[in-house]
Amino acid sequence: MAQEHNMRRVTAIRNGTVIDHIPSGHAMRVLEMLAVDKSTSVPVSMVMNVPSKKMGTKDIIKVEDRELNQDELNRLALVAPDARVAIIRAYSVAEKMTIELGDEVTNVVRCTFSNCITTNPREPLAHRLKVMSREPLELRCHYCGRPQDLEELIHNLL
Amino acid sequence: MPGLITMDDLSNEEIMSILDDAERLLPVAEGRTYLPLLQGKILGNLFFEPSTRTRMSFETAMKRLGGDVVNLGDVKTSSVVKGETLYDTIQMVDGYTDIIAMRHPRQGAAQYAQDAASVPILNGGDGAGHHPTQTMLDLFTIRQAHGTLEGLKVILAGDLRYGRTVHSLSHALTRFGCELIFASPELLKMPTEIVNDLTKHGANVTETEELLGSIADADVVYMTRIQKERFADEDEYTKVAGAYKLNASNLEGAKENMIIMHPLPRVDEIHPSVDGTRHARYFQQAFNGVVARMALLCRLLGIKVPETIADGGEA
Repeated sequence: MAQEHNMRRVTAIRNGTVIDHIPSGHAMRVLEMLAVDKSTSVPVSMVMNVPSKKMGTKDIIKVEDRELNQDELNRLALVAPDARVAIIRAYSVAEKMTIELGDEVTNVVRCTFSNCITTNPREPLAHRLKVMSREPLELRCHYCGRPQDLEELIHNLL
Repeated sequence: MPGLITMDDLSNEEIMSILDDAERLLPVAEGRTYLPLLQGKILGNLFFEPSTRTRMSFETAMKRLGGDVVNLGDVKTSSVVKGETLYDTIQMVDGYTDIIAMRHPRQGAAQYAQDAASVPILNGGDGAGHHPTQTMLDLFTIRQAHGTLEGLKVILAGDLRYGRTVHSLSHALTRFGCELIFASPELLKMPTEIVNDLTKHGANVTETEELLGSIADADVVYMTRIQKERFADEDEYTKVAGAYKLNASNLEGAKENMIIMHPLPRVDEIHPSVDGTRHARYFQQAFNGVVARMALLCRLLGIKVPETIADGGEA
């Protein structure tokens, strides 16, 4: 019931993507990471801090008329690793997707260490963070080897 | 072909085998035997920040083995000052050379260069990161004196916070089951994350502010320079640094075969009176930079060092 009630806070969408089970308070970051803003000019609905059996509270996002692909979704692994994603077509769930955190996070964020070689924006090689552990999430820069502070990392989105 | 970026690139067996190669190359390093194993090969020396020993010993190592060297020269007059990226510099030098030795002020630069290059990169120091060729020559020096790397008691003293040399060496010694004593002023302690990492890997670590009291049991005392600029004022520096200086009389109770090492340059942390004692090993250590780098150059270039090398003449 709680689930249905949450979903009714915003209208069902005809076509697009629903991202559910985002940790409470992280919806804005998710939108930022997906580069969903004014320039994308598609309707976006967002609910924050709604009750969730599994998570206590959670955020939900609905992006209309846009189907996010797996690569885009994988970018969310840093802030919403357990998010559930549904692609909606004609008001029905056409596809379910999960976010996959691979062994490396490539070209999503820049290393947080101020003296890392990758801080020069003109250096062309990919920004690469290695996943050392998933629970708890632990990342290290492929180049300088420094462990990454996850809170700080969010400010280094590419 | 992969280069040497951190000590993690080498297994313990590979370390020992490279040190064995280095030992056989001693007569070549000392100029008694001519063995042009690297004839026709060119080393690119890319030093983006000052270096005396590392740069010169790479050059000497290459030349003793009949190879040649091209230098980036002074960064101030190179294309780097015009804003060239490291990626572009590496692309260029990669085409000119068979192997590259590099030092760079930015951490991670060596791995970055390796990803950009097709030839092996030898990391000669990247920011506060790694300096594995220094670690190899340190290990060579320790094994030369003690015949083993296993289970030794090693004191690392002085500036343990900023010195990449002591960070790399501590990790390597832990892999060989050495007992580590970190003697430093509070301000220059070994970073906690490194101590934790070492402990996680089974290291037996003691931290102390007292150097002289630990010397009697030690097999190796590894001194480093305490830099004045790390302290708020000169009085504080004088007071603190004084406790991390050695003179010959401090060594009276030391083990017969204890050695004193220092990555150099020293300022006054080792008094010249120590130079003449049987313990002093820092100049030998600096020389060992040549032989350790000879062995590494051969290994990364895929050139096998002969099992026997004659002492004297043409090998």
